[in-house]
Amino acid sequence: MLKIDNLSAEIGGKPILKGLSLFINAGEIHAIMGPNGAGKSTLAYVLGGRPGYEVTGGSVTFMGKDLLELETHERAALGLFLGFQYPVEIPGVSNVQFLREALNAQRGARGEAPLSGGEFLKLAKEKASLLKMDMEMLKRQVNVGFSGGEKKRAEMVQMGILDPVFAVLDETDSGLDIDALRIVGDGINTIMRKPERAVLLITHYQRLLDYVKPDFVHVLADGRIVKTGGPELALRLEEEGYEVVAA
Amino acid sequence: MTEAATLPTTRDEDWRYADSEFLAAANPQAINHWRTLTVPAGETRARYSEESSGAQCPGSVERYRVHVERGGRFEAFHLVTGGRYVRHEIEVTLEEGAHFEFGGVTLGGDDKVQEFVTRVIHAEPNATSNQVVRAVQWGKSTGNFLGRIEVVRDAQKTDAAQNFRALLLERGASANTKPELEIFADDVKCAHGAAIGALDETAGYYMAARGLPPEVARKLQVQAFIADAFANCSNSDAADRLLEGALLKLDGAVI
Repeated sequence: MLKIDNLSAEIGGKPILKGLSLFINAGEIHAIMGPNGAGKSTLAYVLGGRPGYEVTGGSVTFMGKDLLELETHERAALGLFLGFQYPVEIPGVSNVQFLREALNAQRGARGEAPLSGGEFLKLAKEKASLLKMDMEMLKRQVNVGFSGGEKKRAEMVQMGILDPVFAVLDETDSGLDIDALRIVGDGINTIMRKPERAVLLITHYQRLLDYVKPDFVHVLADGRIVKTGGPELALRLEEEGYEVVAA
Repeated sequence: MTEAATLPTTRDEDWRYADSEFLAAANPQAINHWRTLTVPAGETRARYSEESSGAQCPGSVERYRVHVERGGRFEAFHLVTGGRYVRHEIEVTLEEGAHFEFGGVTLGGDDKVQEFVTRVIHAEPNATSNQVVRAVQWGKSTGNFLGRIEVVRDAQKTDAAQNFRALLLERGASANTKPELEIFADDVKCAHGAAIGALDETAGYYMAARGLPPEVARKLQVQAFIADAFANCSNSDAADRLLEGALLKLDGAVI
């Protein structure tokens, strides 16, 4: 599904990713862990096509296409979802309007008919209740006045509604209390743990992985993946620290 | 009627951002004509309008004076999409406990000059006023807001607010604002705020990441930006019509 081959990228002339390779098949959940400054968020933004992140080498193939050639909104229409570490507030735009416009733009790009207002509300209701968010919250402005936990939960509702084949979740667990963590973990499992889908979880901590069992755990250090293993690797990292394990 | 005899120029403080070519050719009678309206005590009056004159029209100046009696409410919501020069001017005098609610949006490209000029006189205690103006400009257009609030000596417990924000979609577009507060009472609240900026790129990226093409994302952002100006309109149908009119203009514009 996703093939990252020898990817290098920089921000403002400073190299961050230095030859990163990673293959992800449908049905797999991968976790990337690593110390601050290793390049975790940069990887997420390069995959999401954020302006300012310049790819200087390597390639990324997603669903058989050259991902780096596509505009950000085209990547979304192809089934890529980027969960933000800091979801952005959009004053004046309700979640319902935002997501309906987004979903219908994606459907349009894929040649599918747009959903009517009623159809969309039914879908939104179903996905929101899955994540224990009520519809009132969806009527509010996008992320405006949401607590950290609410923002992350809203990201999960967005993911449920947009229905991607592949999700990159950048520190979705940061700022969450235990209950919210479980809800988000359940959300990822419910929405994304399917044979035809895949997830790349970017996280600092092992605790999210108690709820979402990864198939592979990678350690990212200084712009490269330096170690790959199963879920037990995350436990070792938690106990021994990055320096020991990555050495 | 001495005021009808003279023609303002851009050297006049209240006309400093006006279109000088238009002023030079204007008819003094027309430009100095004030319409008047009195809102009876305890009652509500409203004005809603869209000024969308085409490029062949050299300009339009509309000025009105409103007197709001004790406990009355006057609300005015206006959308200006026309040009070359459009000026919408309101002078409101508030008696005890009266309220003035104003929302204005200028939306324009080319070399349009569009402006709102308000003067709110809190003549008696306990009156309130709230003004929200949004300017969305592209091309070489200009959006202006000159807002003066006067609180006379006895007008204690006045609560007056004024907020202007401009969104410049292209380099070359501009906005001017000049808040003026003249306060002669000592127990009042007067708030004003002004900001001029471009579209929020972070929000634009967030929208793109959810699949919205740039033109749709921009429209949504502009809609959210101008909606503030009509948010306090008590007639939601009128507010919707103004907002739709604005979005229609935006659709037709090549930005």
